[in-house]
Amino acid sequence: MRCKKLVDVGRRQFLRGGALGVAGAAAATVLPAPAAKAAPAPAQVEYPSNRLANIADLKVNEPMDIEYPDADSPGVLIKLGTPVEGGVGPDGDIVAYSVLCPHMGYVMSYNGEDKTLNCPGHFSRFDAEAGGQEIWGHATQSVPQFILRVDEKGDIYAEGCTDLIYGRPSNVLS
Amino acid sequence: MAYKRQIDRLPIPPKDAKVHNVTCHYCIVGCGYKAYTWPRNKQGTLKENAFGVDLSQQQGAEGTWVAPSMYNIVKQNGEDVHLVVVPDKDCVVNSGLASVRGARMAENRPSEVTGTQQQRLTDPLVWRYGTWQPTSWDDALDLVARVTARVITEGSEDDLVVSMFDHGGSAGGYENTWGTGKLYFGSMKVKNCRIHNRPAYNSEVHSSRDMGVGELNYAYEDYHITDTIVMWGTNPVECQTNLYFNHIRKGLENGARMVVVDPRRSLTVHTSEEIAGKDNVLHLAINEGTDLALANAIFTYIADKGWVDKDFIEKSTFRNGVAQEENEKFPAPLGSFEMALEKCRISVDEAAKICGVPAADIVKAAEWMAKPHDDGSRRKCVIGYEKGVIWGNDNYRTVGAIVNISLATGNIGRPGGGCCRMGGHQEGYYRPSDAHVGRPPTYVDHLLINGGGKVHHVWACDHYKTTLNITEFKRVYKKRADMVKDAIDAAAGKSREELVNAIVDAVNKGGLFIVDVDIIHSQIGQNAHVILPAAESNEMNLTSMNGERRLRLSEKYMDPPGQAKPDCLIAAGIAQHMERVLREMGHDKYADKFKGYDWKTEEDAFMDGYHQGNPEVTYDRLRAMGNNGVQEPVVGYKDGKLIGTKRLYSDGKFTRHGRKDGKALFCGGAWRGWQAPGKAEEQKSYKFWVNNGRANIFWQNWFLDQENDFVMDRYPYPFVEMNPADMAELSLKAGDLVELYNENGATQAMAYPTPTAKRGQVFMVFASPRGAQGNIVNPGVNELVLPDYKHCWANIRKLSDAPRDAQGISFKSKEYSA
Ligand code: SF4
Ligand code: FES
Repeated sequence: MRCKKLVDVGRRQFLRGGALGVAGAAAATVLPAPAAKAAPAPAQVEYPSNRLANIADLKVNEPMDIEYPDADSPGVLIKLGTPVEGGVGPDGDIVAYSVLCPHMGYVMSYNGEDKTLNCPGHFSRFDAEAGGQEIWGHATQSVPQFILRVDEKGDIYAEGCTDLIYGRPSNVLS
Repeated sequence: MAYKRQIDRLPIPPKDAKVHNVTCHYCIVGCGYKAYTWPRNKQGTLKENAFGVDLSQQQGAEGTWVAPSMYNIVKQNGEDVHLVVVPDKDCVVNSGLASVRGARMAENRPSEVTGTQQQRLTDPLVWRYGTWQPTSWDDALDLVARVTARVITEGSEDDLVVSMFDHGGSAGGYENTWGTGKLYFGSMKVKNCRIHNRPAYNSEVHSSRDMGVGELNYAYEDYHITDTIVMWGTNPVECQTNLYFNHIRKGLENGARMVVVDPRRSLTVHTSEEIAGKDNVLHLAINEGTDLALANAIFTYIADKGWVDKDFIEKSTFRNGVAQEENEKFPAPLGSFEMALEKCRISVDEAAKICGVPAADIVKAAEWMAKPHDDGSRRKCVIGYEKGVIWGNDNYRTVGAIVNISLATGNIGRPGGGCCRMGGHQEGYYRPSDAHVGRPPTYVDHLLINGGGKVHHVWACDHYKTTLNITEFKRVYKKRADMVKDAIDAAAGKSREELVNAIVDAVNKGGLFIVDVDIIHSQIGQNAHVILPAAESNEMNLTSMNGERRLRLSEKYMDPPGQAKPDCLIAAGIAQHMERVLREMGHDKYADKFKGYDWKTEEDAFMDGYHQGNPEVTYDRLRAMGNNGVQEPVVGYKDGKLIGTKRLYSDGKFTRHGRKDGKALFCGGAWRGWQAPGKAEEQKSYKFWVNNGRANIFWQNWFLDQENDFVMDRYPYPFVEMNPADMAELSLKAGDLVELYNENGATQAMAYPTPTAKRGQVFMVFASPRGAQGNIVNPGVNELVLPDYKHCWANIRKLSDAPRDAQGISFKSKEYSA
């Protein structure tokens, strides 16, 4: 199926900018950042660990809109239905991506028919089953993939990101 | 699994970062970029930075953002500096758009710190002790000059064969074409020479020029205001990306219709349908090689309907029969509209049969292109054509037939018109006359294969990837090069004089002494005896013009790697050593011809060449014109600005052919089936037509992309798009490595299932280092030695299951679908 509606929600939220509330089922629970230690700056930025959903909330190939690492960075959480490299959960098929196109930041929509993210800006498309690889387009990277962890209760947490998210010089802005 | 950069933050350019104007050095569009450089130990902050933007806020779409590929650390005056290269919102060419090629300019710079592009040549290399040894410029150039001088004085300049780029951008440009041009066409009169992408020294659009019509005659803004856009044998969505997205798109959004002539359903068809709606896009998926029949039928139909611009034809075109007879230099007669119509006449029905498209679609195309509006006003139409025609069947007549349509409808030199090639590289050609080369010119690859030439100077050309009949070329070339390598090896420890004697002896026995000037150690360079490291755009100042003749100075912001130098200064070095050696040999008069190269910088070469012919234009004035530059020809300088020319021929006078009367000529080239030798037989003998061309992600023959992880992760092998039913018949799965073979040779590619591909027709990306399509292209060329790369037929067999690096990559459709 296609998730125009969910992505439209994402788009509206995105355009509203920073002053953004928590939206519905995809509530992002922002945990307090770990206490600062007197240590050298880490090679990568420190990411929040945010609960995105519980496995039970996900239906196969029905994307859920999320925000990570903060409310200004919309994304999708998808249970693909077939295991993929980098997928988590008991079936190894749960993945999450930014939906801001890494070309120029238009909000992409998920096409459930061939499991791709498609950008209305200049028609780039990315493969949700191949780690967000750009199938064709203008971006010079894969779509940023959120690193996920599933705990014993089935809660899915995002805890990192593989690539720079569009529109920011650092994935964690604060 | 996709390549992950694992980069989650980037340094921020500080407020006082240096800003440099950059014109993208990849494709003809020449998009404007800004390069920011600043010291390694400094950076800006989220609030205080070079962009003047609050970066602590998430940016909205089309905001300011530096992608990781737009960042690097490079050397500037010997110091490591941060570099950011971002698209320029104020440049009228791209209005801030970056493409997948241009947005990688920064990461495709050589960097000792980040390790990018370590394949770049840093030092002159000379074949010694059985391999290439780094050395000084003087040592390398002395050997080049001694061998070259001996050969051309004992024989003639015809024994020196030269392959040299003629383009702008990259490492080309007015500076470097002048440097090489002055050496080979000024100091010498080398006639056995060829250009980077074809086996001879000739124009890709002879007929347009012979008709009086320079091939880049419009302004990109003509797309915004036209009624109909015709893309003939060209795929601008992938090959002139930001021309499409910043200009053609605007035209479609303003209501223009689109006609695409292409046997393949290219992404230009699909994308235009997304933007303009299917009803406003007409795709003429003609049989391969039948463009001439189609163009002549449209011309005939338009003429018979009277949809021509009679006034324009009367005033601006030749009115008196044949102006130029057909002969071995002119593959079709040129002259009046009536003459051309009589020669070209072909009915829509006949063309429909030849082209394999419905007659009604040909009529529809003619109506969209020429039928006056209901109020009787003229229909504006832009035609763009490129390699589908240029590297196609019967180049001369086909280009001429397309230009006929634009001339007949008065669509050249007028707003919303134009009949232009779309282009590959930017242009940047300024050389002494090439008249001595002759027409038709030498078929240089043939000459080399047949044992001709003794010394070969190669300037950024890789015949191992970008020529035709490569399998045969490589076989002979390597043998001839090895004769010289063996001679050098056998002379180990001998004096310079003895070494030169040994080399000259070897070339007199059929060997070939090869000097390769390039930015990387190329595939053809594997045969070279001397390799000279060149600089690229932005490692030097470089001027070029784009597809609407927009001239810019792209500024130097970094040092070339190691001892590398601009090509113009390398050419000057060769000339200076030639002068010295010739004098030593007692050829004083000859030596004098190699004077006049005392250039210290590329600007000196620019002033010696381009500036002489265009006295208004200097580096300072161009710098002041910034990324919007000035459209050539430059006609004056006033109030601190260079004055250019928006579109050519707006006065209705056509001059490219050099006729004093200023009248354009029509081309009377009838359809005659396959023009080049061997094509018809090959078509009958093999199962697949191997269509070929460029693709969005790669720049030309992948010379930098082959070391770009993002690109090589996506396509570790060249792709070949195949219909899934054809794949099933050959028991192929996505990603399997296949061999394409015919009697010309063989090459390899990775099967990419493509449901829109016609059965029996495949499309292969060209010029890959991991499978050059030219390996299987026959040697057939047209009368003026233009290759027909596009027409190649082969059988296909499986070589291997998807190799490790082709597993896990995406094989989904490239067509946007939401
Ligand atoms: S469209 Fe061409 S000129 Fe523009 S950024 Fe891309 S490669 Fe460079
Ligand atoms: S913003 Fe997505 S393709 Fe340009």
